[in-house]
Amino acid sequence: MVGRTLWPGESRLKGWVYLFPGLAIYLVFVFYPILETFHASFYKWDGFSSNRTFIGIENYRNLLGDGQFFKALSHNLIFLIFYCIFPILIGLVLASLLGRRPLPGMSFFRAGLFLPQVLSMVVVGVMWRWIYNPAFGPLNLFLKSVGLGALNRSWLGDFDLALPAVGVIGSWVQYGFCMVLFIAGMQRIPKELYEASELDGAGSLRQMIYITLPGLRAEFGVALITTIVAALRVFDLVFVTTRGGPGDETLVAAFLVYRSAFQQNRIGYAAAVATVLTLVIFLVSFLILRVQSRQEE
Amino acid sequence: MRKPYRWKSFLPNYLILTLFLLVVFLPIFGVLLSSFKTQTEVIQGPFHLPREFQFNNFVNAWTTGRFSDYFRSSIIVALAVVSVSVFLSTLTGYAFGVLSFPFQHILYFLLLIGFMTPFEAVVIPLYHFMYRLGLTDTYWALILPQIGLSVSFGTLWMTGFFRSAPQELIDAAAMDGCSRWQMLWLVLWPLARPAVLTLVVLIFMWTWNEFLLALVMVQKETLRTLPVGLAFFQGRYTADVPRLAAGSIIVAGPIVLVYVLFQRYFIQGLLGGAVKG
Repeated sequence: MVGRTLWPGESRLKGWVYLFPGLAIYLVFVFYPILETFHASFYKWDGFSSNRTFIGIENYRNLLGDGQFFKALSHNLIFLIFYCIFPILIGLVLASLLGRRPLPGMSFFRAGLFLPQVLSMVVVGVMWRWIYNPAFGPLNLFLKSVGLGALNRSWLGDFDLALPAVGVIGSWVQYGFCMVLFIAGMQRIPKELYEASELDGAGSLRQMIYITLPGLRAEFGVALITTIVAALRVFDLVFVTTRGGPGDETLVAAFLVYRSAFQQNRIGYAAAVATVLTLVIFLVSFLILRVQSRQEE
Repeated sequence: MRKPYRWKSFLPNYLILTLFLLVVFLPIFGVLLSSFKTQTEVIQGPFHLPREFQFNNFVNAWTTGRFSDYFRSSIIVALAVVSVSVFLSTLTGYAFGVLSFPFQHILYFLLLIGFMTPFEAVVIPLYHFMYRLGLTDTYWALILPQIGLSVSFGTLWMTGFFRSAPQELIDAAAMDGCSRWQMLWLVLWPLARPAVLTLVVLIFMWTWNEFLLALVMVQKETLRTLPVGLAFFQGRYTADVPRLAAGSIIVAGPIVLVYVLFQRYFIQGLLGGAVKG
């Protein structure tokens, strides 16, 4: 820590006094349960009976073997396209179209584009269920009114379309965030870099590749972590829009945890899924932070 | 004479931004409009104006839909979580940022883990733990874990602030004979206003919108928070758009209001300090 010292005669334990209440609540209600989830993943237990048996890595073996887990995980990976790749691409293209001049009134647009970030995903889900409603949803009404009524679908009930339909909601939530992030980032890149490159005869594509993209490294890090973790964690949205259906076509890892633990009473199995999901999230966040700090050196 | 020229040169930018802003606003506007309609009017199309504004939808949601209960729960939980978390995070952040004590780095890392932890990772044992303590179906089950998670982010956030506090100020306070406690509340706390405000609005938003914990911990209908209440409400009235829209507005209203008032702090906090201003 930077240059902070204790006073002469001050107890080294004083810091612990300030730390204690917050740390205690954290340890009891967050940290201990993390360890306990890992622990529980080695047992077979129905959640209420007193007979809880140690079965080693059986839960993990089941999870690798039953197809359900991989199906859920593959849906999370497809959500990466919608939560992460689309929003980041949209954000980048738009930020570069807008250029680097500060725009009067930008704070209004920024606030508006950011709005989906603060809405409860339950509200977002209810809203899009209405939009996708097969009988009177605005999407089908719109298609019909422009003569494309043949395209009308039960979007969230369709085996092939439900997953991308839920994914689109994710893009809707995330793209404004990425746009705002990149627009702000571009305005921080020193304009001398662009002027110098113009003198050297670099076109706008070259400027994009050699100046803009490297200059946005920090923003990429923030955008990647936020959107990837959001795609891996999806729960509320699926609960509200499809509950994993039709069939298991929109089943995601977090919903599998909930369903196994609280509807099917398979505590050990659910804990194993939760453990893997948490490790993946930790790993991804850690890797991105690592790559970033290495590039900054 | 330069001004009109400049304005025009911004026109394409405004067009692009407006287009993407509409994609955000139109669905929200559609829901807002629907909350004032009758079911028959909803079917006519999302942007047809209602013939008569039906405030009844809100009254129905509030009374028969029990949103008054959900609202009370959400307010109680959010106020408790925000006030306690911000207070405790200030103490822990102060410890890491200004004091020095044994095992500092290990303890900091321990808290960092919580910041990355999703509730999915803890909710199963947490439920059984709370059940054994007899705390399921009480506000405690919603408040305590949420404080734990908020304190981990809050500690990182406030440590950042306290580390950046000028050393001269701390030295001067020491010279004046301040105790550590007085230094925190009389010298540093008044400077912490922007950092604290950001923390307040972020924790408020996360708590207000939290879903999984509230879904699992509470079965009693009167204790449900707004998001969980709305989710079950939707299960019951799948096709009743006006009622669902009114419910959605009740859930989103307070957070949008806080957002409009404090948007700078929200955006700054959510972008992780990548954006200044």
